[in-house]
This record gives sequence, C-alpha cells and structure tokens, in this order.
Amino acid sequence: MALSGMRGLSVFISDIRNCQNKEQERLRVDKELGNIRTRFKNEKGLTPYEKKKYVWKMLYIYMLGYDVDFGHMEAVSLISAPKYPEKQVGYIVTSSLLNENHDFLRLAINTVRNDIIGRNETFQCLALTMVGNIGGREFAESLAPDVQKLLISSSCRPLVRKKAALCLLRLFRKNPDVVNVDGWSDRMAQLLDERDLGVLTSSMSLLVALVSNNHEAYWSCLPKCVKTLERLARNQDIPQEYTYYGIPSPWLQVSVCVCTCVFFLLFVKTMRALQYFPTIEDPNTRRSLFEVLQRILMGTDVVKNVNKNNASHAVLFEALALHALLVVYCGSSNPLSDFVETNHRHKTKNIIKAHLDAQKKRILKERTAFKLMSFSASSPFKLLVMHLDAENEMMSQCVALLGKFIAVREPNIRYLGLENMTRMLMVTDVHDIIKRHQAQIITSLKDPDISIRRRALDLLYGMCDVSNAKDIVEELLQYLSTADFAMREELSLKAAILAEKFAPDLSWYVDVILQLIDKAGDFVSDDIWFRVVQFVTNNEDLQPYAAAKAREYLDKPAIHETMVKVSAYLLGEYSHLLARRPGCSPKEIFSAIHEKLPTVSTTTIPILLSTYAKILMHTQPPDPELQKHVWAIFSKYESCIDVEIQQRAIEYFALSSKGAALMDILAEMPKFPERQSALIKKAEVAEVDTAEQSAIKLRAQQHMSNALVVTDQRSSNGTPQSVGQLSLVKIPSMSGDVGSSCVEHTTADQELSQPNGTLATVDPQPPSADLLGDLLGPLAIEGLPGAAVLSEPNAVSGLEGVPIPADDAAAIVPVGKDTNSVQPIGNINERFHALCLKDSGVLYEDPNIQFVKASPRTALILASNILQIGIKAEWRAQHGRLVLFLGNKNTFPLFSVQALILPPVHLKIELSLVPETIPPRAQVQCPLEVMNLHPSRDVAVLDFSYKFGTNMANVKLRLPAVLNKFLQPITVSAEEFFPQWRSLSGPPLKLQEVVRGVRPLSLIDMASIFTSFQLTVCQGLDPNPNNLIASTTFYSESIRPMLCLIRIETDPTDRTQLRMTVASGDPTLTFELMEFIKEQLVGIPTAPHPPAPAPPAAPGAQPNTPAAPVTQPTNPAALSDPGALLAGLL
Amino acid sequence: MIQFVLLISRQGKVRLTKWYSPYTQKERSKVIRELSGVILNRGPKLCNFVEWRGQKVVYKRYASLYFCMCIDQDDNELEVLEIIHHFVEILDRYFGSVCELDLIFNFHKAYYVLDEILIAGELQESSKKTVARLIAAQDSLVETAKEQASSISNIIAQATNRRKQSNGSCPIVNGRWLTKLHFPRHSLTEL
Repeated sequence: MALSGMRGLSVFISDIRNCQNKEQERLRVDKELGNIRTRFKNEKGLTPYEKKKYVWKMLYIYMLGYDVDFGHMEAVSLISAPKYPEKQVGYIVTSSLLNENHDFLRLAINTVRNDIIGRNETFQCLALTMVGNIGGREFAESLAPDVQKLLISSSCRPLVRKKAALCLLRLFRKNPDVVNVDGWSDRMAQLLDERDLGVLTSSMSLLVALVSNNHEAYWSCLPKCVKTLERLARNQDIPQEYTYYGIPSPWLQVSVCVCTCVFFLLFVKTMRALQYFPTIEDPNTRRSLFEVLQRILMGTDVVKNVNKNNASHAVLFEALALHALLVVYCGSSNPLSDFVETNHRHKTKNIIKAHLDAQKKRILKERTAFKLMSFSASSPFKLLVMHLDAENEMMSQCVALLGKFIAVREPNIRYLGLENMTRMLMVTDVHDIIKRHQAQIITSLKDPDISIRRRALDLLYGMCDVSNAKDIVEELLQYLSTADFAMREELSLKAAILAEKFAPDLSWYVDVILQLIDKAGDFVSDDIWFRVVQFVTNNEDLQPYAAAKAREYLDKPAIHETMVKVSAYLLGEYSHLLARRPGCSPKEIFSAIHEKLPTVSTTTIPILLSTYAKILMHTQPPDPELQKHVWAIFSKYESCIDVEIQQRAIEYFALSSKGAALMDILAEMPKFPERQSALIKKAEVAEVDTAEQSAIKLRAQQHMSNALVVTDQRSSNGTPQSVGQLSLVKIPSMSGDVGSSCVEHTTADQELSQPNGTLATVDPQPPSADLLGDLLGPLAIEGLPGAAVLSEPNAVSGLEGVPIPADDAAAIVPVGKDTNSVQPIGNINERFHALCLKDSGVLYEDPNIQFVKASPRTALILASNILQIGIKAEWRAQHGRLVLFLGNKNTFPLFSVQALILPPVHLKIELSLVPETIPPRAQVQCPLEVMNLHPSRDVAVLDFSYKFGTNMANVKLRLPAVLNKFLQPITVSAEEFFPQWRSLSGPPLKLQEVVRGVRPLSLIDMASIFTSFQLTVCQGLDPNPNNLIASTTFYSESIRPMLCLIRIETDPTDRTQLRMTVASGDPTLTFELMEFIKEQLVGIPTAPHPPAPAPPAAPGAQPNTPAAPVTQPTNPAALSDPGALLAGLL
Repeated sequence: MIQFVLLISRQGKVRLTKWYSPYTQKERSKVIRELSGVILNRGPKLCNFVEWRGQKVVYKRYASLYFCMCIDQDDNELEVLEIIHHFVEILDRYFGSVCELDLIFNFHKAYYVLDEILIAGELQESSKKTVARLIAAQDSLVETAKEQASSISNIIAQATNRRKQSNGSCPIVNGRWLTKLHFPRHSLTEL
C-alpha cells in the first residue's frame, strides 16, 4: 500500500471533520473556496503540485455538496499537464465533476486525442478511462477510429485494450454510426480469441451492445462465444486470479450467456423468416453449447459462502435462460435440426427437471436454500417459462419453487421469487397455479420491506381475475389504510382498475370505489370518480343503490372533498329515486349536502349548485321553502368572484324561475357513450416509476376485452349473465327524438364543463380538454376518422346496419367495420415542403384506430396507434444520407413493417434493411443513401406499410430529396460572372422566360427564398435595383459540378410578373432549374415560405401551365418512371 | 449497465460519486438526497434491492458505509451485488483492512481504484491481483514524479493511522472476509 498524500488536503479534511455543525463546516468551506479562488487567479505562483492539491480539495468540497463551478476550468486544464501526477488528477476530477454535455469538455478533445494516439501507455489509459466514463457524441465522432485502432492493435498491452473496448462501447452508445459494421465484425471475432480475461470481459460487454443493435454481421462471433463459455465452464486455462470464490470469472460467464441470448433473440427476430441460420446449423457449435450449459446447470451447488452462491447463481440463471432459448428456437425453426432438437429437448427437460428436483429437496433440507437464487432476475427468464409451458407438470414445479422462495427468510430471495412470479404471469397462463400461493403473497404485502411489498402488490395485480377479485381488492382496500404514502396512489389506482375489470356485480364495484374515496381520498384521481358516475348513469338498476350509498356517506362527520363531489353528483341525479326512504326527502338531502358547502373548494361548488338545481327540479310538487332556500344560495353566488360559479348561479336562478322550462334541461343525464377506461389509459401513459408499469401495460393489453369491450350481455338463450363483465350500456334506449337528445346531450356537456358553455347555447362542439372533459366529453376517441359514427349522439342507430339483432346487441360500433383507416395528422404536403428546406423534421404522423373483433358477438377494442416518421438528412455534393426514424408511439408492436423506395430514374437510392417489427414505444432508424445521377425535378416516393393487429396500413410519401438539395451556394464576383454569362448564349444553355402570376414578393423576400434553396444572391452585380442575380453549383454523378447563373428582372409596377433567365453549361440542368425556380415563385398551393404572406395564387398559375410562350419539352423520363408518376399523383 | 455508483456514510455524507449517465448538477444532488433518504432508512434485514424511478438500486452496507449501484430494470441484480463486493475486497486489499477513514482521507485513491474496475458502467477487470498491480504502478509513477511528496505522505500516513487508533474506527471488512458484517453502533459517530 502506498498512501501518498497531500498535507494541505489532509489538514483540510480533518478541519471539516472537526466542525461541530453545518454552519462551521460552511464557514470552513467558504474560507477554503476563497483561498482556492485567489490561488487560481494569480496562477503564476502556483506549482503543479499545489494546483493538483487544490483541484482535489475542490472535488472533496463538491462531494460535500457545495458548488465548485468556478474551478471546472482548472480541472480541465490539468488534463494538458505534461507530467503524470497532474494529468491523472485532471482526468479523474474532470470525469467526476462534469457530465458529457458540459461545454468545457470540447476544449479538451484535442488533448485527449493526442494522449490516445500518443505513445505513452499511462496517458492512453487515463484518456480512455475518461472518455469511457463521460465521452459524449462529439467525442464519439472524433475519437472512435483511434480507439478502435488501439483495441485491435497487437502492440498494445491488455491494460490499454480493455479500456479501449469499454471506451468504444461508450462511444457506440452515444452514436452507433461510429462503428462501421462491415469491417468491424471480423475484428470483433478476432478479439474473442483474446487470452487475457480482462480484455475478453470488456470486449464481451462491447459485443453485447453491438449485437443488440446490429444484426447478423456478428454471427461469426457466436462460435467464439460458445468456445469462451466452454473454456470458463470447464475451468480450462483460467488463471487463478480470475476466479471469484472458486468460480471462473462469473461476470464474464454472465455476459457471455447474455450475449448468446441476444444472438438467439436476434435470430428469432430477423432470420427466422429466411430459414437461414448458418452458425447454429453447425452441429459442432450446437453440441458444445448444449454440453457447456449442461455442465453449468448440473455443476452448480449450494454452498455456505454468500458471495459464492450469489455469483454462481447469477451465472446459473443466465445459463438456464439460454438453455431454454436454445431448446425453443434452435430446432423448431429449422427442419434440418429436428434430430438434434428432439434429442436435446428431451435431455434438456430432464436436466431442468432434475435440477429443479434437486433444488426442491435441498430446500426442504437446507434452511436458507440459496439455490433458489437461480431464479434471479433476468429478462430472458420468460423464455424459460415459454418452454416449460409445454409441460404442465414442469410448470407447477417451477411455480411451486417460486412459491417456496417467497416464503423463505432471506429477503433477497423473497424479492426475486415475487418478481419472477410476476414475470411468469406475463408470459403464460399460470394463474391457477399461482393462486395456490395467494395467501402467502398477501402476507408479503405486509412485509417490512417496501421493495418486497411493491413486488407483492404488482403480483397481486397481475394474478387477479374474476374468481379472486373480491378477495384481492378487499385485501388491497384493507391494506390501503396502513400503506406507506409512497404506495397509496398506485395502490388505489390498481384497486380501482381491478374493481372495474373483475367486478362480480355492479353494486360491489360502487361499494369499492366509494370505500376507496373514503379511505384514501387524496390519492383518488378524478378519473376514478368520473368512472363511477359513468357506470351509474348507464345502468338504471344501479342508480337507487348508488344514491342510497352516497346518502350514507354524507352522514359521516368528516368526508373527503372527492366524496362530496361524487355524492352530490349522484344525489343530484338520482335522489328522487330515494324519495320514499326515511331521511331522504328532498329537503333533508339538500341540507345534508349543503352542510358540506362551507368545507369545499371552488371546484366543487359548481357541482353542488347543479345538484341544488336538480333537487329543486325533482321536487314535485314544488316545495316553496326549499325553493326559497336554494334561490337564496343562487343569489348569494351571483356575485361570486369565480366566473364558473357566478355563471351557474345566475343561469340556474333564471332557469328555475321559469318552472316547466327547467324540466327538460335539468333532466337526468343521458347515457355516456362507451369508451376506454380512463384509468387504464392513465396506467398506460403515466410514468409510474417502477416495474409495475410494464405489468400494467401488459394487463391492459391482455385483458382489454374485459375493460374495453362492451360485451353482449345475454347468452344465446336469452338469460342474462354478466359474470365479471361490467357493461356500460345494456340496451340502448335512445331511440327517441334524435334532435332533442342532441340538445340534451350538449346541454349536459356544457352544464358541467367548467370553462366553456353558456347553458342556453346549443353548440355541437365537444368541450375541449377540461377538467371534466373526460367525464362529459362525448368521446374518448379523439379525432379518429373511424369514429365518426360514434360521435353522433344517435350512435346507436349505427347498429341497424349490422347483422346483430338489435335487442341482443350491446355493441355501439358495427362489428367488422372496415378498419383500415389511416389518417395522417397534419398536412403531408406542408411537411414535405418544409423538409425541402430543412434537413430534419417530421415527415409523417398518423393515428390509427384499431378495431379487433374479440368474438363474433362482442364488439371492439379501441386503441390509438400512432406511427411517426421523422427524417434527418445530410447532403454533400451529389451524395445524400438520410436517416428515417420510424417511431412507434404506441404500446403495441407494429408488425410486417415494409418500406419500399420508388426512385425516379435520376436518383440512386439505397435503403438499408428495415426491421420487420417496431417494438412498442421504440424508434428505429433506417439509413438511406441517395446519389444524384442527373438533374431532374422528379421526386422519390417512399411506400411504407405496416400491420397493426390484423390490419394493414399503407402510406405513400414523397421523400424530400429534391433538386435544391444538390445545390451548393457559391459567390461569384463581377469578373467571374459576366464572361460566363456571355459565353452561355441562348437556348438550350441559356433560357429566358416571362413568368406571370407570380406571388407578389418584395425583392428581399425573394432573395431569402433563393437563399433557402441554396442559391447565393449576388448583390450589386446588376445595376438595376429591381433585378436580382443569383448563382449556385449543381452536383450530380453524370456531369461535373456545374455553375448555374440566374437573373430575375422584376417590374416594380406589377409584382405578379417577372422575366427570368437561367444559364448553365448543361441544357437539361438549365431547363430543370428554371422550372424548379418557377414552381417556387409561382407558389405551389401550400406555400412553404413563412416570410411570404402569400395570397392564393391564381388558379391558372400551376407550375406546369406557365403563361409564358415557351415550348415545353416534356420529359420522357418522367412519364415512364413509376416513381415520378406516383409523385405526380401525390 | 450501471448508471452511477454512490458511497454514502450512515450519516448521509457522500464519500464517492461516479456518474456513468449524464446527470446535471441539480439532478445529481437530487438523486443523492432521495436515495440516501430511501436507503439509510432501510432496516438491516431487508433485501439489497430498491426500486427507484423505474430503475433498481443494488446496495450493500459495509460497516458504516453504504455502497450503492443503480442499474437498469433488466440487469442481473446478483451480479451487481457481487461487483460491489469485488470493489470492497479490492479496496480492502489496497488499504489493508479498509475503514471509512481511509476512504475519507484518501478519497482520491478510491476514485483510482474504481476507475480500474468500472468503465462506462461495465465491469472492466475481474482480477483483484491485476487491479492491485495497476494501482501500485500508478502510485509508483506518482511517487517517482514527486520525490519530496513521499516524506509528507509518510507523515500523513502516520497521522491517519494514529487517528484511526484514537477514533477506534472499525474496519469495513473484518477478519473473516466479510461474510456477515456486524459493527459497533457508535464507532464512527462523527463522520
């Protein structure tokens, strides 16, 4: 041990430690910071040693939580120190203080690069470490090739190369383009032959990242991975120092397994369709992989040492997952390997079984049973389960094991057991087996450890179904009163969702939600009570019950405001149904509600006012005393400062004085249209910060049929049965006057929607997203074309077109309706034109509505499904590189994704492989190489299609690879311009045309348009101030870079016409460029230029019908070219 | 991938931070505040994993110090738990029965050691011997570069040792290679 230290630093640290309180510490730190500042300021007297010492002090002060921004520069400057001790400090402190986005890092790039390419090994190590830890995009772009060189260099020692590997990994993560796949895959394979385990460990991490991002290029590494694993598992040739508690480098084993898993998953994703998988075809590789895995599976024992157990089980578990993967995928997709497959599948089963058996016995014997750790967290676990699914017996064994885990004392095992049970649920249907452990799981809900409680909650949520919903939800409710605050919101949301999905009867559902509000009102979002109101409104049977319940809660002394809201609303609507019960006369109900008025906030008062108005209306015969009372309240609020309250008070007062007119307007609310549960939507979207997120999503998908599908409630023999299904609409009963229902509906909307709507206006616009919008807005489906039918208040009539007997149907949307409705958001044209000017942006965005038939009788699943295509381009001379960003904004994967480019003849476009599937909420990038062959205005078309559910969507989009992208601005002087201009005399090299119907533009605007198209406007060349001269260079493959000159002569008296002259050395180019500029000036219907306040162009002024008397040679290529034709159609 | 490494004392003092993902200064302090609140309040018999902001924090307590590493949802928790132990063992070997005081007065050494074990949030070297060798080489480089510093360092090393004795600080790793750690409650109260 060599403890070299700095005296000043140690003294400072002891001083800090001797401080009695925070205040003293602050004083001492401030003093030191002042000292450091002055020392840094007059740097002359500062020795390198002192500088180093102060920088360390700064880091220490920074760790204490003080701001040391002023010293960042000093730390960075130490990087360029010539001597090792200072340089080392500079690198380490910089990488601890700054993050990758810090500007100062840019200053250091050059020094860092010099250190990396320099000969000094120790400097290389320092630089690589820092770049590996905080290198950002810029580092990636400038340093990646150097780092790659170091990694494969034969002259470097392992200590440099292992750092280079991880450094490259960092750079690759920051910008995947820096690693060129073609050349690199072979190098990677060579790296895996490395004998040094440090280098191998680092390279393996790099390989995992490369493989998960990119594909089949790395197949050649797979046999090497298998060999490495073999070497490790057999403990062949592993230096003693690389064993950890007797296990040959467990971390390397884990990452090899993970890497191999990634290979296989990739294979499943990409290569399966092609029936081509060369490496695994090789029987030797396959055999040795199986053997190695068997060795690991069989050879892992439970020992006393915790660390050894943890390490060996971390490996064992990855091996199990990999083994399962192999068995599932290796053979089934490949007919040739049937023999091996059956052989091995059999063996594997036995092995896993034997292993599980052995574990079971040990559990019984051994108290702690660390073996159980083999089920440690690992995402490929589900694949194991998938395999086991085939064997029910295996399945129950597996669950039984997990069941044991959750009962053991060791908390880590309990945690992993619960976590993996949840994972199993996500993959297969093991509800029944897991239910056996329900009691134990509920006990875990009371575990002292919140991590375990969360897992238990998640699992309970996942395993809940109709049969155990009552138990589980009641358990959750009970737990709610004692739960930590951190969990309550999640808990109440989950309880509400479960109650809604699996309610055995509706009154139970209402009970649960009211209890929920009562117990945890603060954590119950508005969505939850909106949902109750929807159910009650749509189910007549439920109304008296709900009203009675609400009345009961009102009697409680202190109730939550949400409870006031929901009971006031329910009683306002349905209190008349209770009229005959004791304590439920209108007057009594009124006073019960009114009691709460002083305690509530301004958001609740409007609801109470509505309730009063409704109670007043329902009181037949009218009660003058009640009326007097209510009117007094209304008049009191007529001068309320809150506009909403004031307006309601005034309107209700006016309406209620009208007597009979009141009846219609304040009648019961009509039924709500069917919609997706806002809760589930919320659960999908909300960024719940734990793993439950995924579980919720999964549940939402799996059980959508319960939550979202309006089921046909009657079985074929007509007896009502509603097990576990909540149905919003029983039998639509809105066959009455459509007109009046429309009025009623809108009125209802506006009555409660706070910001907008006077009561009297009948405005068919749905209220915008306001607080109650979700409750009252006509539809949950926003702006979707297919939903047009729904948005009519008489949506029910849509049923008539469907072959379902009207009395038997609950569906509100025709089943099997044509669903291929893809409607882009925003204007494709505008987006295209904007992208013609910019290099990046959104090309296309669509929402999709998904209709899936759940069963012949049931209706629909709705899901909004959004695809977004973005584009980023780089143009260099005649070459262009575009990257298409295909983003799936939804929680479902998009399948069968296909992109086809229909290039016009003048462009050569190469699209790299587009993945077949876009995972949920993921974005994939597809690079696109463009080369311009010769001038043309034709546009390439992207034909894009994908599948969601069972429907295909297809869009055709123009790609913004247009003429102006191949232009580069060039400035020409008068001496260069005039000789050129004169030498190009007359057609076809120089064309002149008078253009009419031009958008009137000032010269400045015109110049800015030109600049945006990469034409340089040359000031002062033309003596006439009304003229404009521009120049540019055009790049293409067929002709050399070509100078183009343009002259525009405008008429100050008539801005709609001008004379344009274009000259270049190539006739086609002259013509195309002229037409192109004309198109821009005449103005395509969607003008892309913001500075131009473009009035609509004259109808005759389409680009292809120029007013000028110039013979227009039709471009034969344009006619024969499908892409061009399509582009024309678009 | 390991997002960040955090060493905090039982009193909530930060002893080492290393961020492999870009966090701004504000976020860093927030993370430290939140996490120390969560982890320090956990009892001794709970599991070593905490779910936090959609990620997992694997932590382990050694005497008065908590070693925390934040990983992704899908990462292997046990593996990371052993990386922590690996780190502690290397520190122990380097300092010789490492205690919190060593990490306070020689916090820069802890940074050197960590940089030899992790880069970019991934394990770089699994051999304790190799790491020890590299650190020793670094130390000797510094030594030779600064001859006169050695005399000072001796003084400080002695001072540190004296302080250790007088404070009665307990080693992080006790003699039995830290199988189960028990630590006197009041050993390092004022850290």
